[in-house]
Amino acid sequence: MKSTLLVGALLTAMTTTGAFAQAIKLADVAELSGGGATVGTNWKNGIDLAIEEINAKGGILGRKLEVTHADSQSNPGVARAQVQKALDAEPYVLLGPGYSGSVKVTAPLAAEAGIAQIMGGEAAELTQAGNKFLFRTSFGQQSSMPKVAKYIHDDMKAKSVAVVWVNNDFGRGGRDVVIRELERLGSKVVADLSTEAGQADFAADVGKIKAANPDAVFVYLNEEESARILKELKRQGVTAPLMGETTLIGQKVIELAGDSANGARGHVGLTTDAPVDLIKGFRDRFSKKYNYVPDHNGLKGYLAVYMVKATTEKMGKVDSKAFADSLHGLTIRAADEPGILMDVSFDANGDIDRQSFLVEVVEGKQVVKQVLPKVK
Amino acid sequence: MSNLFDLLVAGLATGAIYALVAVGFTLLWQTSQTINFAQGEFVMLPAFLMLAAMHVGAPFWLAIILGILLSMILLGLAFKLLLVDPMMRHGVLPLAIATMALAIGIKEAVKQFFSAEASPFPSIVPTGDVSVLGHAVSLQSIGVLVVAILAVFGLTTLLNRTSLGHQMQAAAQNPTVARIIGVPVERMILLTFLINAFLVALASLLITPIYLAKFSSGEVLGQAAFIAAIVGGFNQVRGAIAGGLLIGVLDNLAAAYVSTQYRAAVPMIFLIVVILFRPQGLLGRAEERTV
Repeated sequence: MKSTLLVGALLTAMTTTGAFAQAIKLADVAELSGGGATVGTNWKNGIDLAIEEINAKGGILGRKLEVTHADSQSNPGVARAQVQKALDAEPYVLLGPGYSGSVKVTAPLAAEAGIAQIMGGEAAELTQAGNKFLFRTSFGQQSSMPKVAKYIHDDMKAKSVAVVWVNNDFGRGGRDVVIRELERLGSKVVADLSTEAGQADFAADVGKIKAANPDAVFVYLNEEESARILKELKRQGVTAPLMGETTLIGQKVIELAGDSANGARGHVGLTTDAPVDLIKGFRDRFSKKYNYVPDHNGLKGYLAVYMVKATTEKMGKVDSKAFADSLHGLTIRAADEPGILMDVSFDANGDIDRQSFLVEVVEGKQVVKQVLPKVK
Repeated sequence: MSNLFDLLVAGLATGAIYALVAVGFTLLWQTSQTINFAQGEFVMLPAFLMLAAMHVGAPFWLAIILGILLSMILLGLAFKLLLVDPMMRHGVLPLAIATMALAIGIKEAVKQFFSAEASPFPSIVPTGDVSVLGHAVSLQSIGVLVVAILAVFGLTTLLNRTSLGHQMQAAAQNPTVARIIGVPVERMILLTFLINAFLVALASLLITPIYLAKFSSGEVLGQAAFIAAIVGGFNQVRGAIAGGLLIGVLDNLAAAYVSTQYRAAVPMIFLIVVILFRPQGLLGRAEERTV
């Protein structure tokens, strides 16, 4: 009797181990603490929600998804160490990080390991280095900034613009493209202000903006700093219209800045307030699970997992080496894979093409003012 | 010129908060030779205590009172009894290092039990502008300045005009003689810890609406206030006040006229200059201890 029980237990253990071996392993490295905690937490929660949904429906090709989350502490050095550790465990796909600086130092590691990396960084240069394993979940700056500059020049009719940017890879990349585009269109940059990541006091920077008296202010900082400068802009009575990107008018920024966020406008590649039914559904499920409304980073994390699902199902096999090749040039339609939320195409560099939105904060809510179609 | 006026007002408002924190540094040093490197985290924590009170349903005014009371218990009483008293007998340096460890502990605890993300914090001063000398000045800046000045005025009145203040001064200047003439020295030292806790809670209430409530927000404040205390004179309350205001203004002017990247370096350079040419601080006195 004892031996029968022992054999039974062993068989159970083997079967269980076998089941785990069958799971598709994903590795996530994100900004779970430090300056990018808002980014990383949303990203992580989006991933977890997508995995829960996919597993509830039987997984991918009959295999469950598993993910490990590691904290980069919003520090590129830590991110590199965490990515190396994650790659040593041979994941199917690497997810994250969200900060461009962290992506920049980790992308060569993933490429060397031949593992596809789906990340949240938006710096223009990331996908221009010939890395065949790197994929975006949102627009790169080379796609979004020309739209922003055009809006400032054509719709805001701004002849003079103050540009405030955060002094890191993300901020510098956006600043370079937007200033080039503004000058090409004929808008003069009257203040070019660099700020520091994690900066708490923006009184002097806003003082400089007031002194420059621009027709519009372009703000390109991380979320928490965006909230602080919005408060300071209001405190010092700056009335020039404010334009930014997703990081200026995200949910977390609105929550932190309160009334000061009202009137700010931004070009948004992804927003949970988009007039798209599938996105509304995502927003409801996310809010129900986590008790807060996600920002675009929650969407990015969610989409990253559905990119894995759609690509793998298209290949018909779980093959990490062939994954990147299959995703290049792929168009995923929301009609075929509702989890992808909007039709999206990937080019040979891993950049995406998708419709986007022009949003204004009205009474603490994002209101979509214009829908910009896919480029191709 | 208008820009300079705005910068001065903003600098004074920030500097007034630095002054509150710097005064706390001075008080603790004077009465118990405690260099509290967790002072920045002491400013960060009360905001979270107030937020926690609001999360369980307390209105803002009640959360402020609870936050200040809890701060005085945790950052005043418990800090003295559980960390300063046991470490003091080992000297100033081990105690200073223990406060560094405490700073890390507080930060990580807030990150763990509250959030690593920033949280909004309501302001006690309404938004809006008033006209001062023809310039629009935000009510928030004025409110911060007024509250900080009132706090400092109240403290100096307590120290200089009341029997309790005189006892505190005596306990700081010469504890042995103070004991002989009947001053309850231990109680006076505890009182300075409670006053420090009150001041940091007040600073927290004033600065957090601007900086947001975040586990790491004490780092900048602690460093600025420490520099302010040394620049002004570590052994003088009035020195700490002057140092705080000076560093606040200097920081803003440096950010505007030097560079945002090097703004943090300017107060440091000023600190080095002061140490080289006037080591007792601008208003401090050599070889003297008084509160």
